[in-house]
Amino acid sequence: MYNNILLAVDGSKNSFRAAEEAIKIASLVKDCTIEVVAVVKFSDSKSEVLHAKGKEELELSRRLKISPIEEMLKSSNISYEIKMLHGDPGVTIVDYVNKGKYDLVIIGSRGHNLLQEMVLGSVSHKVIKRVNCPVLIVK
Amino acid sequence: MVEKLKTEWFSNIKADILAGIVVALALIPEAIAFSIIAGVDPMVGLYASFCIAVIISFVGGRPGMISAATGSMALLMVPLIREYGLDYLLVATILTGIIQLIFGVFKIAKLMKFIPRAVMIGFVNALAILIFMAQVPHFIGISTMTYIFVVITLSILYVLPKFIKSIPAPLIAIILLTAISIFMNINLRTVGDLGAITRSLPTFFIPNVPFSFETIKIVFPYSIALAIVGLLETLLTSSIVDDMTQTESNKNKEAKGQGIANIITGFFGGMAGCAMIGQSVINVKSGGRGRLSTFVAGIFLMFLIIAMGNLVVQIPMPVLVGIMIMVSVGTFDWSSFSYLKNAPKSDAIVMLATVIIVVVTSDLSKGVIAGVLLSALFFVAKISKIEVTKIVKSDNIIFNINGPLFFASVEGFLESFDFDMKNTNIVIDFSNTQIWDGSAVGAIDKLVIKFRVNNNVVTIQGLNSSSKKLVDKLAMYDNENTQLS
Repeated sequence: MYNNILLAVDGSKNSFRAAEEAIKIASLVKDCTIEVVAVVKFSDSKSEVLHAKGKEELELSRRLKISPIEEMLKSSNISYEIKMLHGDPGVTIVDYVNKGKYDLVIIGSRGHNLLQEMVLGSVSHKVIKRVNCPVLIVK
Repeated sequence: MVEKLKTEWFSNIKADILAGIVVALALIPEAIAFSIIAGVDPMVGLYASFCIAVIISFVGGRPGMISAATGSMALLMVPLIREYGLDYLLVATILTGIIQLIFGVFKIAKLMKFIPRAVMIGFVNALAILIFMAQVPHFIGISTMTYIFVVITLSILYVLPKFIKSIPAPLIAIILLTAISIFMNINLRTVGDLGAITRSLPTFFIPNVPFSFETIKIVFPYSIALAIVGLLETLLTSSIVDDMTQTESNKNKEAKGQGIANIITGFFGGMAGCAMIGQSVINVKSGGRGRLSTFVAGIFLMFLIIAMGNLVVQIPMPVLVGIMIMVSVGTFDWSSFSYLKNAPKSDAIVMLATVIIVVVTSDLSKGVIAGVLLSALFFVAKISKIEVTKIVKSDNIIFNINGPLFFASVEGFLESFDFDMKNTNIVIDFSNTQIWDGSAVGAIDKLVIKFRVNNNVVTIQGLNSSSKKLVDKLAMYDNENTQLS
């Protein structure tokens, strides 16, 4: 059964819907944990550090971006963990998943960036291609 | 200790070496362009980048960060070079290093947190603008071919990375366009027109200046500006690299390292430098994490110059201009526009003031100092606003105080009260305020006594423990013999 789910989010409405599906699946399984992963792009680091009032405020503001998802998880009573990773989103998620033991990866089909993602998002595309476990894409 | 050495140097060998090579390839045009901005021979920037990178890899505090000759430092050197020449610059470099070393020893890195965000954003934007403006004389009003080459360079720089990710676009642009300009015999200004490239390692020499107080007097203002700007950019860059790699770094060790690197570089014919945001991001993106990447960047850069120096002189200036325009666009903080919309007015003014002062004076340090002062004034004005609200509840008149009570807010405080009341029960509530000093207590005394003169009954409530301590120690309103003077 799906005991270890990895949910990849970026704060977009699409990833919120992905979170909803993740919760639906997790609530069917006893002792299921969802690990929520959000990736901070390197190119964002530069301007985010410049605009932040300090390291703690920066971490807080990043967590706030996914707070609707966190709220939803809290009220669903499913055990979850949030992890912030840094790097190129596609590569970072793939490496992280393949290093761990996950039964299912759940990710939205399209993120924030409308220009780069015409039909299927580049990140979701990379994840499907290279991850070594089943993937659920949420539209 | 050996463990630490192993992690900092050898835990990421392959990626570090590759990243270092990528950085070196991107660094060469920048070092040359920054030398030209400063008004010195390209070798000065190249020797500086080589020395600083190699030395910092050993003594720096932030593994994975790239330090070399930079635009911000180059811009500060222009008047010194123009009036006194290279040898004075080298002395300034050495003195900059000494100042930075002292700052590091006295743990000045902590002062960084007092530099407001608005000033840092202004710094970065002003730097981008200055770098762009420094390119203008090299491509405006020269020849149509110059414009064409700049445009082609920019197209390569922005379009190629979408297709070829492993070879840095600046390198491809340089090789391709230098080859084209040579084979088609196109008449363009080249690097060689602005200076020579010597294909040899830097040598130790003592700058040819009189060893006197006069020299120090000339050089000192430049060195202080260079030290401040260098450390500012370095500390900002280390925070960015810390965030990207999610590791900590020792800012004071880095300051000391910058000092050591600049001192030694000055003796080897290099200009002062500091950490570079752009190159450090390239390094981390390319997989570099350890000291080895910085070391390889420096070594490979020198190797390329020695091996291919005579080709480097033939690089057309418009290509370098194109690369520098890209650097300028990448340095500018484009999210500043939404920052200006959303940030408090005082912050926006500080940011704009910093940018304007830097651009007008061509001096980043003047802008930063002006920005910090302006910000401090706004801060004092902000916290000296004290608000008194009056509520009437059953038989009592309750005054609620909001905001800190101290010497700067005392006047506003006293003026907010109406002293015409007689025979009323007055409660003054200090729950939302803090008493900071003796003048605040004095103001409370005055307030209470003045009310009591008109037969009002005054009760003070809501003092928190630190405020209460101060009031109990200093206040006189409870002393029956006290009268208003």
